[in-house]
Amino acid sequence: MTAELAFITDALVRATPLIIAGLAVALAFRGGVFNIGAEGQLLVGATASAAVTLVTGETLGGFSVVVALLAGMIAGAFWAGIAAGLKARFHVLEIISTIMLNFVAIHLVSYLVRGPLQEPTRIYPQTETIPAMSRLPIVLPGTRLHLGFIIAAAAACVLAWFLAQTAPGFRIRAVGASFRAAWSVGLINTGKTSMWVFLASGALAGLAGSVEVSGVTFALYENLSPGYGYTAIAVALIAGLNPVGVIASGVFFGFLETGAIALQREFAIPASLASVAEAVLILAALSIAVTRGHGLPGTRRAPVQ
Amino acid sequence: MIRPTADSANDAALELHGITKRFGAITALDNVSLRVRHGSIHALLGENGAGKTTLMRIAFGMLQPDSGSIRVNTQPVSLSSPADAIAARIGMVHQQFSLVPAMSVAENVALGGKGLYRYDEVAKQIADVARRTGLELDPSARVSDLTSAERQKLEIIRTLAHGADILILDEPTAVLTPQDIGELFDQLRAFADRGGAVVLITHKLQDALAHGDDVTILRHGRAVAHARMTEMTVPLLTASMLGAAPVSSLSEKKPPGDFGIAASLRGVTLRDRHGAIRGPIDLDVPRGQILGVAALEGAAGALLRALSGRLRPEAGSIDAPSLIGFVPENRQEEALIPDFSLTENVALKDAGRRTGLLDWSYMRDRAMNMIDAFDVHAPGIQAPARDLSGGNQQRFVLARELHDGPPLLVLENPTQGLDVNATAAIHDRMRATRDAGTSVVFYSSDLDELAEVSDRVLVVGSTHVTFCEPDREVIGGLLLGSRPPASTHDS
Repeated sequence: MTAELAFITDALVRATPLIIAGLAVALAFRGGVFNIGAEGQLLVGATASAAVTLVTGETLGGFSVVVALLAGMIAGAFWAGIAAGLKARFHVLEIISTIMLNFVAIHLVSYLVRGPLQEPTRIYPQTETIPAMSRLPIVLPGTRLHLGFIIAAAAACVLAWFLAQTAPGFRIRAVGASFRAAWSVGLINTGKTSMWVFLASGALAGLAGSVEVSGVTFALYENLSPGYGYTAIAVALIAGLNPVGVIASGVFFGFLETGAIALQREFAIPASLASVAEAVLILAALSIAVTRGHGLPGTRRAPVQ
Repeated sequence: MIRPTADSANDAALELHGITKRFGAITALDNVSLRVRHGSIHALLGENGAGKTTLMRIAFGMLQPDSGSIRVNTQPVSLSSPADAIAARIGMVHQQFSLVPAMSVAENVALGGKGLYRYDEVAKQIADVARRTGLELDPSARVSDLTSAERQKLEIIRTLAHGADILILDEPTAVLTPQDIGELFDQLRAFADRGGAVVLITHKLQDALAHGDDVTILRHGRAVAHARMTEMTVPLLTASMLGAAPVSSLSEKKPPGDFGIAASLRGVTLRDRHGAIRGPIDLDVPRGQILGVAALEGAAGALLRALSGRLRPEAGSIDAPSLIGFVPENRQEEALIPDFSLTENVALKDAGRRTGLLDWSYMRDRAMNMIDAFDVHAPGIQAPARDLSGGNQQRFVLARELHDGPPLLVLENPTQGLDVNATAAIHDRMRATRDAGTSVVFYSSDLDELAEVSDRVLVVGSTHVTFCEPDREVIGGLLLGSRPPASTHDS
């Protein structure tokens, strides 16, 4: 295996959670839901996957990984559902509640890997590694590229199709573009639509965490995510909230971050330079969105009630 | 500080001479001149796109003319920004309000001023304006608590507090109720009587005729008439604006035909936007009639929304067809999604009821039919709705709402902001819809429109509804009679 191939596949591996979490953010923003909590939803998704896999052990055989991914999605949806419920019941702004739930999730993981889920020797703050049969298969032998990348790309295509061609997808776009017109013209139940968008977005973010555990880390530990859920916001915005575009921007960020690590290792160039580049990109993307006169999705004037 | 009104030839407060303005290949203004006298209200009339607003933006320094000169109090001035215009004592109130809702009246007045903000000083300025013109507002009130009429008033107060002698108003009556319009013109008259000059941009002929002293009419970027208003009549004004005989079909009314009842309300009580309870209302809406709805600001909204199935009544029952055409007041926010294509805006109708896959080729066909049938000028069915002019947007909305032949069509201020031709087109569609046996219910804040188009008029009071003949005086009398007892609306 050449070094180039290793670098490229590592970048794609790095891009995988960024793409899936980027889809979570893109879906939410398209639907007018300001879900900033992909990071937290990703962490609880990873936690649920690891826990389910370790508890079921080898009893499920080949289905183990499927069950793990489903568990991660359910956990992510549940975590987003807390914020969605707070919004529906008490009008708590999701931009606040989802950020706060990120910190709850971080500390939840810290507690679990030192308590109930800690590995049997009780030395390291992490879970036991998951059995080989519960891991996502490698798609390119000799590399680390796992099935998660294919899942991410497929999810992007399905989401693009869903938004463009189906009635529920259209409702999501309508509610995101104009809350009031969606109700007034389409008689769309906007509250219900927002709720589903929130849950689906959380499920996708949870899936990103599951894929990371089942495909890369094989265990749950603190700092499992180097801020995937936050970078996902940039990935989604730079893709113009277009699901297929998210694949491209996710891969781009994957290369950027992988390259930065290599640069630091080889030439002692600080990896934080990549963060600077990311920030510049986000600002540039935002400037383009604003100067085109569209504003940011989800930042349109809120309905006056 | 205000020059006394002189009878000499030098009584001009604002003179624009030979103004030409091009935007790319389009000549928006072609050698236009305008002379506004001290102590007068000068109406600037013209259809949408005639160049009224462009001309006044030049007078306010927001745009620079390609050629031509501007004089204020006979002195040549160069206005390269609104700051220059304000320094020259010119003030402009735009069609869209530019207020900060979270701030108080005094803070909004202080915006754009210089130096430190002192509440007492600003309050004194506001009181000063009130003394001169009768425009009164509580300086400590929050703007978010004000009605549209009061916000309009605040815009004018702010301009006057900054020392304007020349006041430019862009369509100031668009958002006001008939009573508020009367009050506004009284105050403008008081301002003019003290030597101030008012330029009133409008497309409402009646307002211009009743309250203007002079008139300038623009058509396609040229000034086609300058006159004293006393020499003008509605047909003359219309002919100048349109360049031909008026296109509006004559008011044709029909005796109520017997098509049965489209919808009925029994003992319905409603909660309006402000949380007030209205009703109980009993009402039968007959088919084959245009039923005009007259109400003081906001009073009809809940009724129309309940009738169109957008608002659940607090009590009582509503028997209405399942298919209802609804044209809400605020096109850009409620009737259309400006970023969506026309096809997508067609798909939006009933989007709440659809399941499975959307049939986009069917939607495209529908959109094509609609823009053909209603003569909507659009770059194409994939063009975003925001690219259409107001009149075309409204025809498109009407086409969509009527496409499946609903037995009931509900409209709110359907011609607001539209020019004469576009208004006539909408009125013609409403009549054609009525003639096809559909029940047409429309609210308008313009009594003339109600009187002209309705077969019958429903006056909505705070607790009850009354039917009357479509006569301006009768409607006005009932509306005033229905005004809630004092203290709810002191200003």
